[in-house]
Amino acid sequence: MNELSDLLFLSVLGVTFIAGAAYLVFFFSQNIQVRKIARMILVVSGILQTLYIISRYILVGHTPITSQHEAVVFFAWSTTWAYLSFRWRYTVKNFGTFVTILIFSLLLISSVSSRDITPLVPALQSWWLPVHAGVSIIAYGFLSLAFCGGIMYLLQERELKSKRFGYFFSRFPSLESLDQLNSHCLTTGFVFLTLGIVTGSIWARQAWGTYWQWDPKETWSLITWFIYLVQIHQRFTVGWRGKRGAVMAIVGFAAVIFTLWGVTYLLGGAHSYAG
Amino acid sequence: MPGEKILLLGVNHKTTPIEIREKMALSDGYEEPLTALKNIPGCRECYLLSTCNRVELLVVVEPGVEVEEEIITFLFGGSVSPEDCRQYLYMHYDEDAVRHLFMVAASLDSMVVGEAQILGQLKEAYRYAAQFDCTGPLLNKFLHKSFSVAKRVRTETGIGSSAVSISYAAVQLAEKIFGNLKGKKVMLIGAGEMAELAAEHLVGQGVASVVVANRTLARALDLAKRFNGSAVSMDELAQQLELVDIVISSTGATGLIIHKQDVKSVMRARRNKPIFFIDIAVPRDLDPKLIDIDNVYLYDIDDLSSVVEINKSERDKEAVKAVRIVDEETLKFNKWYQGMAVTPTIRDLREKVDTIARLELDRSLARMPHVNGADRKTLEKMVGAISSRILHDPLIYLKSESCTGRDNSDMKVEIIRSLFRLDNGDDGK
Repeated sequence: MNELSDLLFLSVLGVTFIAGAAYLVFFFSQNIQVRKIARMILVVSGILQTLYIISRYILVGHTPITSQHEAVVFFAWSTTWAYLSFRWRYTVKNFGTFVTILIFSLLLISSVSSRDITPLVPALQSWWLPVHAGVSIIAYGFLSLAFCGGIMYLLQERELKSKRFGYFFSRFPSLESLDQLNSHCLTTGFVFLTLGIVTGSIWARQAWGTYWQWDPKETWSLITWFIYLVQIHQRFTVGWRGKRGAVMAIVGFAAVIFTLWGVTYLLGGAHSYAG
Repeated sequence: MPGEKILLLGVNHKTTPIEIREKMALSDGYEEPLTALKNIPGCRECYLLSTCNRVELLVVVEPGVEVEEEIITFLFGGSVSPEDCRQYLYMHYDEDAVRHLFMVAASLDSMVVGEAQILGQLKEAYRYAAQFDCTGPLLNKFLHKSFSVAKRVRTETGIGSSAVSISYAAVQLAEKIFGNLKGKKVMLIGAGEMAELAAEHLVGQGVASVVVANRTLARALDLAKRFNGSAVSMDELAQQLELVDIVISSTGATGLIIHKQDVKSVMRARRNKPIFFIDIAVPRDLDPKLIDIDNVYLYDIDDLSSVVEINKSERDKEAVKAVRIVDEETLKFNKWYQGMAVTPTIRDLREKVDTIARLELDRSLARMPHVNGADRKTLEKMVGAISSRILHDPLIYLKSESCTGRDNSDMKVEIIRSLFRLDNGDDGK
């Protein structure tokens, strides 16, 4: 099983790399045929990621989301499927290139962290684990899409405002579609993020006897949640869209990344056994 | 017909502020002004062109008659003081008039150089002039020539494509901002030719509605009807800014129409929905600082042409080529026109000499009854040959092009006429 799992992981890395390369070729050549191929490869990568997570589940005997490696793979997986589900509803020109690069970067990060199997600490032995961690990381997947969209928005907006129509102008989608993407990913991501926090606090009540104990991870999750809450509120009330929305999506994602890694490595706390 | 003059006078978007042009807008059709014009004494032929950006009058003036004052009064209807009129007006005679009309027809004098609509307007105006019997042989020839010059410029230079591609660029940019144009609202400020073209392209892309704002509501209504849209007055601009997504401005106003503050204050009401401004007016209508506001995009003509990668120098190069064609055609037309000027003199001269010859021949033959048949034929031939040979040199002189220029041919006509006393009814008796 171990070997199979390793093989799967290697193939995930390889296939995603090829998908990223194909998307880059498409980005520069704008050849529709290449995009079709790239998308197929990304779907294959998504399936392989799923298989790898299953193999890991069988290997470790619980939801593989507790080590750094597992959490980041799960993050990549949720980004992939969030993108593919999104892609099914809207087309955003050349978005795939950016997302695939992000997915590959995540997988690359996961590949350098330890793949050792550590026994599950008693506090985590609960069916809340897949619910709480899974839901949170699915939220991260959508929020990372909003981040990609935000970056593309800022690049495109700069070209449009400066009136210098360079390389990105023809290759990038319209501002409106990027903004729509932002709005969609933010709301979806926010719903999952809220669920993650709620399930976490219920689980904390069961495991530690208190809903909230101001552990650094919890605090930062709450900060992240507030950042997204504010921007979603502003978007739907006074219309914080466009550039400001894009900047906020990037700020929010920075908070997500900090909650995921920064807190674990810099602040420690009750969550530090997990990724 | 020597001394007959072609006079062109008019105002356009470059010379005259919109306030003045509006006072003379001949919006109630062509019939009335054309009839009035025809009745001005001294006007042999006339033609009138009235578009949003220009009013031009073309008159063939009888020799020795001064009609300038009268035509100016007619044009401005007494609403503007005569000194002001002179200041706004341009007036061209003969060769300059020809060149000017060719420039207008070739769309080199337009607000957006190369737009094609002006030719259609020229032709329509010509149809009216012909219908009311205002044009004669000279203007018929002149106007037809201007149409063919325009056609030549269009086929031989790339000047037309730049206007088309500018409105195409507007659509392209709009798509980069809005994605899909379905359901978007467009507002045209000023009923300019180019704005119409851009709006047409946008409507072709599925834009939901078109609003036209213009100083004269009647014109706004006309244009709005074309796009199944609605018309508003200029005072309603601020309200409209809350509702529309794309604004195309092309008024002839001398100052700014929309300021940064105007837009800034509606952005909240718009809930920051993006708004796309296109300024194709010269001078500008829209505050260049609009671009500093978030979700506001502003482009002028030069910006748009940089989208389609026609740089300005290339456009100018095409314009230079077009001007060369116009100059060439002006020269050709003038030659023909000069020929027209000497033709009556040639005819008169020939007639006079022939009359003298015939008279003298008849007189002599009367005294020589024995001459008949073949001899008589020979004598007639001889007299004809003498008069032809005498005429040969003066005619060559008249037709010569050694010193070009109409003034010169006028002078030659003058010399020949006084030398042969062609103007005082002396039939050589």
